[in-house]
Amino acid sequence: MKKIKVGLGTCGISAGGELVYNKLKEEIKIKNLGIEVKETGCMGMCYEEALVEVVDDNDSFLYSNVTVDKIGRIVNEHLINNKPVIEWIIKSNEISKEDAFLKNQNRIVLRNCGVIDPTSIDEYIEHDGYKAIEKVLKDFTQQEVIDLIIKSGLRGRGGAGFTTGMKWNFANQEKSEKKYIICNADEGDPGAFMDRSVLEGDPHSVLEGMMIAAYAIGSDEAYIYCRAEYPLAIKRLRTAIKQCESKGYLGKNIFGSNFNFTIKIKEGAGAFVCGEETALMASIEGKRGVPRLRPPFPANKGLWGKPTNINNVETFANVPWIINYGWEKYSSLGTEKSKGTKVFALAGKIKKSGLAEVPMGMTINEIVFDIGGGIKNDKKFKAVQMGGPSGGCIPASMGDLKIDYDEIVRTGAIMGSGGLIVLDETTCMVDLARYFLNFTQNESCGKCTFCRVGTKRMLEILERITIGKGKENDVDILQDLAYKISKNSLCGLGQSAPNPVLTTIKYFREEYEAHIHDKKCPSHSCSALIDYSIDEVNCKGCGLCIKVCSSNAITGSKKAVHYINQELCIKCGRCFDVCNLDAVIKN
Amino acid sequence: MNDTEVQEKKSILNFKIDLVNKRHQNGSLIPLLQAAQDSYGYIPEKIIYYISELVGIPAAEIYGVITFYSQFRLKPLGKNLIRICEGTACHVNGAKSILTALQDELGITIGETTDDGICSLQSVACLGCCSLAPVIMINDATHGNLTMDKIKKILKKYKTKEKLREAS
Repeated sequence: MKKIKVGLGTCGISAGGELVYNKLKEEIKIKNLGIEVKETGCMGMCYEEALVEVVDDNDSFLYSNVTVDKIGRIVNEHLINNKPVIEWIIKSNEISKEDAFLKNQNRIVLRNCGVIDPTSIDEYIEHDGYKAIEKVLKDFTQQEVIDLIIKSGLRGRGGAGFTTGMKWNFANQEKSEKKYIICNADEGDPGAFMDRSVLEGDPHSVLEGMMIAAYAIGSDEAYIYCRAEYPLAIKRLRTAIKQCESKGYLGKNIFGSNFNFTIKIKEGAGAFVCGEETALMASIEGKRGVPRLRPPFPANKGLWGKPTNINNVETFANVPWIINYGWEKYSSLGTEKSKGTKVFALAGKIKKSGLAEVPMGMTINEIVFDIGGGIKNDKKFKAVQMGGPSGGCIPASMGDLKIDYDEIVRTGAIMGSGGLIVLDETTCMVDLARYFLNFTQNESCGKCTFCRVGTKRMLEILERITIGKGKENDVDILQDLAYKISKNSLCGLGQSAPNPVLTTIKYFREEYEAHIHDKKCPSHSCSALIDYSIDEVNCKGCGLCIKVCSSNAITGSKKAVHYINQELCIKCGRCFDVCNLDAVIKN
Repeated sequence: MNDTEVQEKKSILNFKIDLVNKRHQNGSLIPLLQAAQDSYGYIPEKIIYYISELVGIPAAEIYGVITFYSQFRLKPLGKNLIRICEGTACHVNGAKSILTALQDELGITIGETTDDGICSLQSVACLGCCSLAPVIMINDATHGNLTMDKIKKILKKYKTKEKLREAS
């Protein structure tokens, strides 16, 4: 009996997955085939979306880049005549075109993503779902759960990498009738999307992780703080919570024990700083999301003054697996101080962008080249950006660096939530630093003067450097400001805001100098520092560039060499992109 | 909006407040504002006073919360909301030229609404579809792997749709 799964995460839907899903259902109904079509989460291979998997008794066939036009052949040849359309299949028993992407991965957090239907609690249960919480409630004391998580070596996947079990222990030791669990699903780091994918593809694993944490610290109430930009994740969570309530997995006397637990969802309202735990709690309380001084830590005084334990989505998703398969197995993966796996969101100038879950300790080169397939358009690999606005750029020359929490911190970047943006030779590092400062300056809550004013001053300096108006001592001023901002800010946002600037100065100082002294952008990216001109030999006078030029800067009659008027040119680069003959030159 | 319309909308809001209050005893201000914005498309001044009375928080403080979060608007939006992603992956994959194309086509910049009220343009920190960069979101639909040409085609589609709606 055949079954069909269509990847319907946000990435799959925007690649046309929903149209494919509807068309498949329609065709199957018209032809009366009686084959079940199910939705599933993101399989991680975002670059191959839309993905359709046809499963039969002996094999499964994964079709990639499926469009509505391809459905006819798949239905007629594969579903009706049992002849799979080989050329569109990337994975089956015999075919393994995407082996390199998958074989180096070790899926713990993403174990069910793209495998089960996220809207079905029964499918989650079939895949060992809610076994861990049942086991914990029946056989474990609170302290035993905490010890087990400490022994597993699990560290918080939200960025700072604090040992999860220790955090639970602090909250457990605090005596209080009321305690809260919070799941931080405010994945604000631009460039990271693993939490979204887990929430969309396997929401129950997060709920189960939260239940185990709640039991361990003695809490009966939890909030999931999810950013409003993830409407599908919120919808899937709502469904999952309802299903748990009707099965009795949430509510009173869960699995016949005296453990009671409820989970509520709070939608974020768009503020990056709310990923910081004290700001997040202020936001749940209905206030402006402004961080406060720690101590007291949330484990002592958190939400509404009660002891609170906050972990992020990926951390919680690890927990049921650790209970089910043992801490020994988990801690056998990874490096000495960073255990288990980490999900990385590969994006930027990489061939195969998507989600990859690998054991800690894999090198940057292995991730970029072996899994990610290398750089788009075979350009030169320049650097990876890790940790988003709080992180930094690690140059290609350090590609053999083994990724774990401590190694990354040594470079000046941070692990962050695991966004890994690949940069090639066309990315200007000064412009990238400017981009991040623009972001943090916008998102600074304004409480600390150094963060509020200092990031603004840094941004102004970076802006003038990128338009060729940099001054001799600008790099020194940037470093001085960076030091002061990170020393005089309350929360992680301000403390780490200068990281993108500091790491690019550390590893790419010559690019800053080229901008400042020579008024040149070595990557040909900063528009104020480049000119476009037309090569007289290559130009055949086709007129394509004239058509796309929005400022009427290009002149020339048909079949004659064209000419760009520099005074009118706004340097948008459209002519450069559109020319097939390499006749438009960037200087 | 005249008073009867506000009254009408208040009843929608009342209903939602009821729901929200039952679910969240504490910290209901942000969900209330979200509910108000869902009903009105923005947060009208009158509603701020109304919520203020309801939850016993001064209007000034509520205003502070509204302006803190980028989700909340104090002005109505156009019929279609276009959000351009400014995430890192989009930035390095040319989001800037996508923004130029959008600005050229619509004649407005970020934070503005077209004169005919059909489109509003906003930026967003990250939509989380980094593998499809550069990305925009029109209402609830995400469009990825954009080029300047693609933008033109997509906008054309929405404009024709809008015309059809007006004609019918």
